[in-house]
Amino acid sequence: MADMNWPKQGTAAVLGATPDRIDGIAKATGAAKYTYDITPDKMLLARALGCPHGHCQITAIDVSPALQVPGVVAARALKNVGAQVNWEGDLVAVVVGETEGAVAEGLKEIKFAFNPLDVWVDDSDLAGAEKAGRTQGAGDNTKLDNKDIKKPEEQDAEFKRLLDECKKDGAVVEGEYGIHVITHMCLEPHGSTCEWEGDKLTAHLSTQNVSGTAGQFATPLQIAATDVTVHCDYVGGGFGSKFGADSWGVVCAQLAKETGRPVKLMLDRDLELKNAGTRPSGFIQVKIGANKEGVVQVWDSKHWGTSGIQGGPVTQGVIPYVFDPPNRRRKSIGINTNAAGARAWRAPNHPQACAITQVAYDDIARALGIDSYDVFLRNLPTVTNNKAEVYKAEMEIAAKLMDWRKKWHPHGKGPAKGSVVTGLGMAIHTWGGAPHSSTCTVKIHPDGAVETFLGSQDLGTGTRTVIAMVVAETLGLPVDAISVNIGSSKYPTSGSSGGSTTVGGVSESNRRGATDALNLLLAKVAPKLDAQPEDLEAVKGRIQVKGNTAKGLSWKEACGLLGMTPIEVQGNFQRGVTQTNLSSNGVAGVQMAEVAVDRETGVVKMLKFVAVQDMGLIINRKLAASQIYGAVIMGIAAALYEERIMDPTTGKFLNAELADYKLPRLGDTGQIVVELYEPESEYNRGVVGLGEPPVIAPPAAIANAVCNALGVRVGTLPMTPKRVLDAIAKAK
Amino acid sequence: MKNFEYAVPRTEAEALGLLSREWGETEILAGGTDLVGLMKKMIVTPDRVVNIKEIPTLRGVSETADGILIGAVTPLDEVLDSPLLDDFPAVKQAIRGISSIQLQAQGTIGGELCQRPQCWYYRNGGGLLADRGKLVASGDNRYHAIFNNSGPAKFVHPSRLAPALIALGAAVRVIGPKQDQESLVPLAEFYRVPRDDNQRETVLAPSQLVTHVYVPWLNLHSATYEVRHGEGPDYPLAAAAAALEISGGVVREARIVLGHVAPTPLVSGDARNALVGRSVDANTAESAGAAAVAHATPLSHNGYKAQLAKTAVKRAILLAAGLETGGF
Repeated sequence: MADMNWPKQGTAAVLGATPDRIDGIAKATGAAKYTYDITPDKMLLARALGCPHGHCQITAIDVSPALQVPGVVAARALKNVGAQVNWEGDLVAVVVGETEGAVAEGLKEIKFAFNPLDVWVDDSDLAGAEKAGRTQGAGDNTKLDNKDIKKPEEQDAEFKRLLDECKKDGAVVEGEYGIHVITHMCLEPHGSTCEWEGDKLTAHLSTQNVSGTAGQFATPLQIAATDVTVHCDYVGGGFGSKFGADSWGVVCAQLAKETGRPVKLMLDRDLELKNAGTRPSGFIQVKIGANKEGVVQVWDSKHWGTSGIQGGPVTQGVIPYVFDPPNRRRKSIGINTNAAGARAWRAPNHPQACAITQVAYDDIARALGIDSYDVFLRNLPTVTNNKAEVYKAEMEIAAKLMDWRKKWHPHGKGPAKGSVVTGLGMAIHTWGGAPHSSTCTVKIHPDGAVETFLGSQDLGTGTRTVIAMVVAETLGLPVDAISVNIGSSKYPTSGSSGGSTTVGGVSESNRRGATDALNLLLAKVAPKLDAQPEDLEAVKGRIQVKGNTAKGLSWKEACGLLGMTPIEVQGNFQRGVTQTNLSSNGVAGVQMAEVAVDRETGVVKMLKFVAVQDMGLIINRKLAASQIYGAVIMGIAAALYEERIMDPTTGKFLNAELADYKLPRLGDTGQIVVELYEPESEYNRGVVGLGEPPVIAPPAAIANAVCNALGVRVGTLPMTPKRVLDAIAKAK
Repeated sequence: MKNFEYAVPRTEAEALGLLSREWGETEILAGGTDLVGLMKKMIVTPDRVVNIKEIPTLRGVSETADGILIGAVTPLDEVLDSPLLDDFPAVKQAIRGISSIQLQAQGTIGGELCQRPQCWYYRNGGGLLADRGKLVASGDNRYHAIFNNSGPAKFVHPSRLAPALIALGAAVRVIGPKQDQESLVPLAEFYRVPRDDNQRETVLAPSQLVTHVYVPWLNLHSATYEVRHGEGPDYPLAAAAAALEISGGVVREARIVLGHVAPTPLVSGDARNALVGRSVDANTAESAGAAAVAHATPLSHNGYKAQLAKTAVKRAILLAAGLETGGF
């Protein structure tokens, strides 16, 4: 019988190789059809109207004038008179028409009036938010080495004593740090094209949750989930924001029903940014104390931020990030702002937590004049994930790739060339990444063709290629012999792509399904070869007696023994239920940045970035590296460029356009060096998710590098020229 | 965008005949890199779009007796590639700064000079002057003007070529409103600060058209320096162009023009005065930069731009003189 476990490290035929994406050509040539590309015959276009004010009560809304515009087919209000709107851009009406021009003119004709209400959008100003009544406690937690101290006033005294002790013997830093709200900026906005056949709905939805969205259409439409097909072959970015059918998806389906024609409703760029996902901000005041070696003894912080109208900050459980010193107090406060609710953003909470806390650790290095590397190293015994040894090994690799020891200089003490100074910084991160539940159907046809079906999606990870490689490895076939079918809710259920769960999940189900299918085939082949099934193996396109190339059949000949009926089996993995050696949970990761800063302009340039990452067993080294390159670029964006900018009076999201929303271009990323850390100890853990972890540490690492270059801390991210110059001026 | 009538004239005369006498009724389309976005957001909603890109006389770079003539619809990359402009490095540096190959290939020199402000209050539908400047004054003005901003207009002029061309003494040929009317307007006099929402950012009337840019041959040392947040096509935070007449190692005459700091490109007499009669080195460039921003009047969130403008002036002067800038 074929063995379900992964082959020993170094013996796999396909796993760990670097084949191109099997859909790479389709994507690069435009042959791949994304949701936005789906245009059924007789399709109508729909667009939404966003509320122009950040907080108001609707006094009039009338869509009937829109219906007078030639080419407009339908229009509907999405809110009633008297309703309160809590953010600018909230969808208040929608118009459906034959052409873009007709819809645009229809939108312009809608009568909409409102009474403005108080607006609050400043999430960095805690005192102002408190005064405006926009704050709420979001949890606190205290841990003291001396567990006998329980009364709050005694705890206050103990924190003061501990800090005083550090001040005497080591260093205390009182810092303020922050990172602003950013959006998901999916290149393909949220939306769908919906079409009905009788009472059956097909929703072409841009989604990272193919298997989980049919019901989200069915319930509000009052039809059975079995009457809904969600289809998505390719999705142009999700990053955690595309798990739902969304209210506008349901409206699209309703309008398709009402007009009797397919309707496409994709959000405009500005409405996309205003409605379809942001990452909460994080701001913090910290007192941190360390001994003279730089080992942190005490952490005392208050942090705040906004998740929009819901008003939640970064969860306090990840403060400080990865490290947990013996004495630690943290308090969190949420600010309720007039902005749409945040959505999960690649590694929720972690990038912000890393960016506002590991900078304080670096400031301890600055205060003591110690190499930042040594401060991180000496604090590894306090990491919360039992991975101190992995971090240590990864730090050594990263330092070598960065040439850290040679390049390092104390903060602000490096050589200057004209007005340009350079610096180094580092940060570490952690993530779970256990696989999601996944079911697949694997078929082996009598002609030797192999196909697999599952309701998964390719969020950018290369899901199709991963599946093909796992099945090919299992069946001893080349990757291109496997036909992979994903992207329909009618296929077997597979989890949503969130939490770095997809590669693990689809590998689990497909390894299991393909192994079971192979065993059925071996049972057919065994008598023909006068052997027992357990004596057979599938290698290099043959079924043969193990190690004996002379005693075997070609794959095609072997499959010919099936007669007229294909083999069909299901591979099934249920998270938390299925016992497994194929996958695991938990990663570390070390990143280092080298930057140059022009002190006269405040412009920061990335010189080099090193990312060392473990992920258990690596399925495809090229795809894994691609994930890390993308994550690092996204991290550079948050460190240096992107933020949501709001007008304080009207609550307008001022930079909700690609022209105004700053993002790095390729010329801004510098050299990125990726190292995949896969010693045997990691390989033997099986697959662990990779999508999120490498996006966590870049902002902190880059902030620390800028501080190392300047000798001045730029407290708030992104580090725009304005903030860099302001920090330099303040330090003078 | 709303529906519109589309006209493609083949001659200057035809083009003039298609333009309305009222702002807003017709818009001129060249490369479209700015206009199309404005139309999609319904910031401008013309009844007729007049595409002038098919008028053959408006395209190309040629030499005249005393200068260079560039047709208004000549794409920026053609200007960049033209050897006739090799001795005007300020122009080529400004085009290179645009970075995007698509914008360089699609955008035209006339369109670049006539593009509309990027002010986010304007682009979000608040009107060109954003409630007579109140939205900008009380709002987020980190990218707005630090000079000439006491009136309602607080945007910065977006052109990246205008500072260089003004420094080089360029002019634009303007035709209309009447069929046989034409004039040569010095680019330094082409821009103006609008006082109300019915005015635009240039002296053009609605039915006038820029047909050519003329750059005189004055044997100047020139350079453009833009402070850019990144390497992408985003607009600079501040910029300056310098054109210097140098003989015997001494600056005899200078024109220093700042960009992205005022509602128009801004000629700095103070910077000129700090430079003329001296040789160019880091100190004189620094003092010219300081002089250029000495009278800046920043808004609530853009004080940092004075430092950027000062640095841009200093570095443009150093570059024009063939010296190192000491920065990126």
